[in-house]
Amino acid sequence: MRSVEIAVVGAGPAGLSAALSAAGQGASVAIVERDEHLGGQLIKQTHKFFGSSRQEAGTRGMVIAGRLSEAVRGNAGIDVRLGSTVLGYYSDRVLYLEEPDRLSKLKAERTIFATGAAERMLTFGNNDRPGVYGAGAVQTLMNVHGVRPGRRVLMVGAGNIGLIVSYQLMQAGEEVAAIVEAAPRIGGYLVHAAKVRRAGVPIRTGYTVKEAVGEESVEGAVIWRLDEKWRPVPGTEERIDCDVICLATGLSPLTELMWQAGCRMAFVPELGGHVPWHDDDLRTSVEDIYVAGDASGVEEASAAMVGGRIAGLAAARSLGHSEGVEERLAEARRELAALRAGPTGEKIRRGLERLQQGGEGR
Amino acid sequence: MEPSEKSPEIIICRCEDITAAEVRKLITKGYRTPDEVKRFSRCGMGQCQGRTCRNLVLQEISAATGQEVKDIPMATFRPPTKPVKLGLFAKARAESAAEGGGDR
Repeated sequence: MRSVEIAVVGAGPAGLSAALSAAGQGASVAIVERDEHLGGQLIKQTHKFFGSSRQEAGTRGMVIAGRLSEAVRGNAGIDVRLGSTVLGYYSDRVLYLEEPDRLSKLKAERTIFATGAAERMLTFGNNDRPGVYGAGAVQTLMNVHGVRPGRRVLMVGAGNIGLIVSYQLMQAGEEVAAIVEAAPRIGGYLVHAAKVRRAGVPIRTGYTVKEAVGEESVEGAVIWRLDEKWRPVPGTEERIDCDVICLATGLSPLTELMWQAGCRMAFVPELGGHVPWHDDDLRTSVEDIYVAGDASGVEEASAAMVGGRIAGLAAARSLGHSEGVEERLAEARRELAALRAGPTGEKIRRGLERLQQGGEGR
Repeated sequence: MEPSEKSPEIIICRCEDITAAEVRKLITKGYRTPDEVKRFSRCGMGQCQGRTCRNLVLQEISAATGQEVKDIPMATFRPPTKPVKLGLFAKARAESAAEGGGDR
């Protein structure tokens, strides 16, 4: 059986950063990615990032993906396994992989799960009609494959993803009929909201989709208003013509491998749902297992990269690769605290606090 | 807008084609955990292994019973995380035998 000191599952911003920092300490690393490319969802982020220059603010996500991937490929200490899905984690520290044409086992002294998150679906009438998309899928179609999903889009969700994808749809020549947001307030940054509003797109807060209209595919949507208790108000229905309903209604962490491994899980709505309990080193309740990125709590890519660095450094340190590690960890922790400071980090801070009080759920 | 004649279907599990009406009926009958709903309907047992419907089922149970999502017990997670072709398992077994190993 092949063996490695540290296995990293997932090659998005968190996983690539974890692999680089662990290998930088001298650990042998294998990075396992089910997709055929490195970079995860970063490869379709055509917009520039916020944050401080240390997290490459002002740089487009796709450019950051390129830089991280190049660094990983150029690092002799990192074994890259693309097209490989982890099917299971066993308590003797063995990962079971489905590679392109075979199954194999990989023994890893430490495993860092950087598995990311999945898009949330919404329940409304006819929600299976062709033309109902997740916002991530729309980004993949447009920004990776150069395919427009339709002509006229109703965006559901005014968080950052909904706002940014609305803008990107317009850049691709689509019409955005409206953005509906169930919450009474816009969730994303106001700079993004202002950009789409200036382009003439109405943002309807306190509204959600009642049903999709159309027999063969989406021809429109019926929206209706929600009261202060999030109950729909009959009689407030409005029809919006569109051929795409794009759902940007949040992400939920992909944690099934950590459930399998027996990590203690907690349900923390602020972090996107069930997440593994973890300490400041991003170590879970199973001491050989670390977590990073959206799988540890849904946050932005900049935080995922710093979190990945911390998990990689801490995992390497636990195997004795400790030269200079304390300073690097301290620096990364300062950066993460800075990213989470201020009003935009309030929700994450609250979620992490709830996680530490922990043990909600099981 | 024209009023709909009958309420249109809401899909909870895309892979197994399970509607919200079916899930709600099961909850009314007393199946109040994701595991019970899964065993009686196949909700979550398809191609995506529940990655899409898991949260929706939790929401439905919570809405119907008043239980908070954090208190609803989750189903057990087992390998494999995704459907795998049987041929790959057969190949793995043959390789293992050739190396003189057992099934593992």
